[in-house]
Amino acid sequence: MDPLTPKDVEHIAQLAYIKLSEAEAENMRVQLTDILGHFASLSAVDTDGVEATGHTTDSNTVMRKDVPQPPMDQQDVLRNAPDRDGEFIRVRPVME
Amino acid sequence: MTTQAINSDIYFLTARDLRAKFDAREISSVEATRLILDRIASLEPKLNSFITITAERALAAAELADQRLRGSGQEPTTLTGIPVMVKDNFSTKDVETTAASKILKGYIPPYDGTVVSNLKDAGAVILGKGNLDEFAMGSSNETSAYGPVHNPWDTDRVPGGSSGGAGAGVAAGECFIAFGSDTGGSIRQPAALCGVVGMKPTYGLVSRYGLLAFGSSLDQIGPLTRSVADCADALNVISSHDRRDSTSVAAPFDDFARDIDQGVAGMNIGVPKEYLVDGIEPGVREAFEASLKTLEDLGANISEISLPLTDHALAVYYIIAPSEASANLSRYDGVKYGLGTLDAPTSARATETARGEGFGDEVKRRILLGTYALSAGYYDAYYKKAQQVRTLIRREFTDAFLKFDVLVTPTSPNTAFKIGDKINDPFQMYMNDVCTIPVNIAGLPSISIPGGMSDGLPVGLQFIGPQFGDTAVIRAASAYERATGWHKNHPLI
Repeated sequence: MDPLTPKDVEHIAQLAYIKLSEAEAENMRVQLTDILGHFASLSAVDTDGVEATGHTTDSNTVMRKDVPQPPMDQQDVLRNAPDRDGEFIRVRPVME
Repeated sequence: MTTQAINSDIYFLTARDLRAKFDAREISSVEATRLILDRIASLEPKLNSFITITAERALAAAELADQRLRGSGQEPTTLTGIPVMVKDNFSTKDVETTAASKILKGYIPPYDGTVVSNLKDAGAVILGKGNLDEFAMGSSNETSAYGPVHNPWDTDRVPGGSSGGAGAGVAAGECFIAFGSDTGGSIRQPAALCGVVGMKPTYGLVSRYGLLAFGSSLDQIGPLTRSVADCADALNVISSHDRRDSTSVAAPFDDFARDIDQGVAGMNIGVPKEYLVDGIEPGVREAFEASLKTLEDLGANISEISLPLTDHALAVYYIIAPSEASANLSRYDGVKYGLGTLDAPTSARATETARGEGFGDEVKRRILLGTYALSAGYYDAYYKKAQQVRTLIRREFTDAFLKFDVLVTPTSPNTAFKIGDKINDPFQMYMNDVCTIPVNIAGLPSISIPGGMSDGLPVGLQFIGPQFGDTAVIRAASAYERATGWHKNHPLI
């Protein structure tokens, strides 16, 4: 396969919401290219008409009655927020 | 009896033997817990097996366990009063849970995961949270943001990973049982490198509710122990149907200790030749060949089998696991919990910064790899292709189990390597799991047990069974263990 370009790495880092330094991005570019190169052999396996396996158990969608359950304690949940205002979690502005 | 007299022989007891001493009133759970906490305090500077030690909680649990053992209240279980470790990717109410990541430093879960609840209900004494590779991504415990774990057999070497704290803790006598998670070998490989028993049960047997998700279709919780019997007992406690995990299978479950004394005479055991990879260490190969001889002497029918798709398992795994991880780890956005940034102009920038600073190299690498495999234009070539080959690998195993009761392989192509030797070459590190990964891809049960020594380091022997053939795996492993006694070897530390 062709090596990843710096632009490829920038694109996937953006999709993954991960800020990378320039050195990190270049290191990832080299390592990811190397790792993906090892996976090229997969294309040689004949998978025509083979269904994909997502899960190994034959689980179907599990249904239950829509009955309210006791919720987690509000304070237990809120105590982990990096920034809060009373019962609210504060976040930065969403719009640029 | 003086503490000194108890001292000399308690650390390396099996859980069953410790439990017998409780019943015989030779020692109480509180006494055992105190001794173990002292041992942890003296060994941790050398090993770093724990991220968090919860001494007060442990002693309180031991107190309750002693009451239960003396007949007040509920019937005691096999694990009542037994000091155990749980890996730090298990959600524990009111006890910090980091998954060995900076991004979760200070996170105090509001709930217990199902396995932790099951352990508490059984009266087990939880000593603390075991060190691991960050988010269970690694094979050496070197990616932990809380420092590497050292192998008790040689502290210059890795304990394996990702459940490195669990492997080292059980091997060194810092706990009697540890509970880990296994996505591609994370219980079995450290068990092998530390010379203890480690089992990944059939996918779906143990609830994943409260396990910090890595690769959801692959993750499974299981025990690390000093004997196969302890492993079966522990599995009996943690396996349960759970409506909060839609992949958890319906009860009732087998008694996993049921066939433990049955022996291997007449069992058909297959040796898949592709697992004896080119890079296998000579000492591991020798130990494995000696193990085959032992099984044959015990009356098992051993024959070779070919599973040609094994060669593709690593590629399938390193596409599927990172893809699932990239989705699972998207929840760490620095808003509701964990590392957050307050001085970013927008929410999106704050998230990028929190994730850039909070995740270590290996976690970033896998998230990026998974994001790439799932992104537009590459989905069919990578993710879908890997899932299709996954189907073929499952079929190959299904066919093999028409002929064989269990398969046997080395657990890892190598013994414990030096800290620092492989950490800068990700693909070399991934190769450590070449013998364990196919099992997760197919959702099968598998156990690693001590299977010999090579240059003073433990070698692991792996048994693989058909789906829900957990008792067959335990039966074969137990027969081998009784015949060899390798599990009675302990590091001098």
